[in-house]
Amino acid sequence: MSMPFYVPPEQMMKDRADFARKGISRGRALIAAQSADGILIVAENPSKTLRKISEIYDRIAFAGVGKYNEFDQLRMLGVRQADLTGFQYARRDVEARSLVNQYAQAIGHEFTSGAKPLEVEILVAEVGGDRAGDRLFHITFDGTVLDEHEFCVLGGDAEVVHGRMSENRPADDSLRSTLRSAVGALAGPDRTLGSADVEVALLARNGRRRRFERLTVETVAELIS
Amino acid sequence: MMNVPMYFPGHDPGSSFVHLLKASGFEPFAQAAGDLEVPHGTTCVALRYGSGVVIAGDRRATAGNLIRSKSMDKVVQADEFSGVAISGAAGPAVEMIKLFQLQLEHYEKMEGHPLSLEGKANQLSFMIRNNMPAAMQGLAVLPLFAGFEPQDGTGHIWDFDMTGGRYEEREFVAIGSGSLHAGTVIKVGWRSSLDRGDAVELACRSLWEAAEADAGTGGPDLLRRVYPVVATITADGWEPVPDEELDGIFRSIEEEVRSR
Repeated sequence: MSMPFYVPPEQMMKDRADFARKGISRGRALIAAQSADGILIVAENPSKTLRKISEIYDRIAFAGVGKYNEFDQLRMLGVRQADLTGFQYARRDVEARSLVNQYAQAIGHEFTSGAKPLEVEILVAEVGGDRAGDRLFHITFDGTVLDEHEFCVLGGDAEVVHGRMSENRPADDSLRSTLRSAVGALAGPDRTLGSADVEVALLARNGRRRRFERLTVETVAELIS
Repeated sequence: MMNVPMYFPGHDPGSSFVHLLKASGFEPFAQAAGDLEVPHGTTCVALRYGSGVVIAGDRRATAGNLIRSKSMDKVVQADEFSGVAISGAAGPAVEMIKLFQLQLEHYEKMEGHPLSLEGKANQLSFMIRNNMPAAMQGLAVLPLFAGFEPQDGTGHIWDFDMTGGRYEEREFVAIGSGSLHAGTVIKVGWRSSLDRGDAVELACRSLWEAAEADAGTGGPDLLRRVYPVVATITADGWEPVPDEELDGIFRSIEEEVRSR
């Protein structure tokens, strides 16, 4: 009978982390940023049908980078979990925080005991009544939860994009300035991104029940022109 | 260990919220035990006009000879482009509508786009059919469904029977204990040339006549300013008719009746 080789846990975790990082770094980046009008989420995504950003519940949005089929499954889990909670209790009882804990558990479990770690990073955003009430939760491939403020970047080249976004902060906190600054950070100095190259959604700070809205190519073009 | 629901292929509920509920151990519809006395008695109407549909319903809920509520909302928005009006047993009806609204929203979020209007009407059919065992024991729920289909740019209205049978009507639908009177009023007044104002007025008039002839239907309560719920559904979506406008319409009907 053959004996499996002993692999120290440190090495196993490192291998798994490298594997996940490699998968994620192949994809394009995504930025979520707070603005006066709500939380703006901008992803570099030429596809108009395969979405990276989507609605989870009234005030909660989801965005994922990495392998599409993996983060789309996580998206559906989130919608299901949120709709079931809202059905059982009340709509206001559906909170990003509890959803994030469940995501972290699921992704963390997959990282340590799954056949392979998920090659995804996800964002769960919740819009509040004012900026202080906004939540930006960034969940990495190993289930680590980061509670971010102002803005956060996910995906390939995240550090570089983060650096560009920090250097080039929006002139004011209007939707227009925030969007321009995010698109500029995603593009970098050597190229420009048009309205058709990005997917943009807003968790609006308005009185409506469902705050999630997609910005059309025309609206984006008008805002960044 | 994990609370997030995960499903194996074949057991995956897809974008159906009802199947998701069943897979999660919830039974979405109450099973009636014995013959229960439940509040019903209603008049709700929907009619088509040039740019969409008007949907309207009275506010009274009765239990036997008692008026249980003067301000019940029997006409509710289902999603951006559709609405439902309910008649029948109040408890299961309200629960069915809640589930129907969630189903439409759940589908939209899971699939990334809303159902077609016919798809929505079909979903409601399934829910009524699922409610058959309870309906046989006196807890029938009979809704009407009205909406606007952005694809073809017109309004559509549907009537249902207890078995989930779904009937699209061309002009109007009236349901509930006062439907005979309300339906007759609309039938006489309906023209293909109705505009929004005419259609809203005709819907109000039909409810007025139903309230006069049917004990289960409440009229406008001008004293407490509780009016029937009236809404239009057009390319601009669901829009409730404001109370001030309804107040004006019912006061003019009142004047007209006084001068008869």
